[in-house]
Amino acid sequence: MELPTQTFRVTRADLVRYAGASGDFNQIHWSDRFATKVGLPGVIAHGMFTMALVGRAVTTWAGAPDAVVDYGVRFTRPVVVPDDDEGTEIVVSAVVREVTETGLTRLDITATCHGDKVLSQARATVRTAA
Amino acid sequence: MSLDQSFVGRSYPPTAPYQVGREKIREFATAIGAADPAHHDPVAARALGHPDVVAPPTFPIVLTMAANRQMIEDPALGIDYSRVVHGDQRFAYTRPVVAGDELVCVNAIEEITSRGGHEFVTTRTEVTTTAGEPVVTAWMKLVVRGEA
Repeated sequence: MELPTQTFRVTRADLVRYAGASGDFNQIHWSDRFATKVGLPGVIAHGMFTMALVGRAVTTWAGAPDAVVDYGVRFTRPVVVPDDDEGTEIVVSAVVREVTETGLTRLDITATCHGDKVLSQARATVRTAA
Repeated sequence: MSLDQSFVGRSYPPTAPYQVGREKIREFATAIGAADPAHHDPVAARALGHPDVVAPPTFPIVLTMAANRQMIEDPALGIDYSRVVHGDQRFAYTRPVVAGDELVCVNAIEEITSRGGHEFVTTRTEVTTTAGEPVVTAWMKLVVRGEA
């Protein structure tokens, strides 16, 4: 079963807010000068910010903010966030891989930015809604 | 540079307790746009059976990434942090983190491998309350990029 696609807009302001809230002040997430110096196309989103947005998609699909029992991803491609009002967009979809007899639902998740996969092996296990 | 395989299985002393604040959970939830009332309103959280506001699933990174410095900055292990990229992240939850939790992290090095000139270090962090109740286990795979 395919779950409804969810889309998340990401701007530079979001990265600044996430840096403050998470305590991850790595310069690649706010300084174009630094990001390009280390070979990136520009400022990129925190991988953990992408994972957090995908986590929102998972809890929305699960229908409960406390339903996630296992959640893992591999970061495969940076999400470049331009310094403008539009920023960029992460598109998240998932298929239900398994519903267990013990009340768990396993999801295989896809997250893309401009059509490119930014995560691989993205999987979550949630408690099945009663 | 090659990382010392004998570090696999090594664990580190527990970190100082981290007090999970209600406002910190609200701040984190706001930063990721998580609007569910259970992240913001203790009454809504209690209605779900939790003692206080519930942290979003990736909130434990706030503690575990800081705790991982124990290993990343261990001079004996010798990771060159300027070459480190976050490869994988996983959380397995016993229960969600809630405001009021006092959490301790115990870090261990689970795996060290190398492939294509890069090295991969998987760390495991057991997050428990100060009373020893398990809350969440976090795995982080760090990619230490080879020198070009």
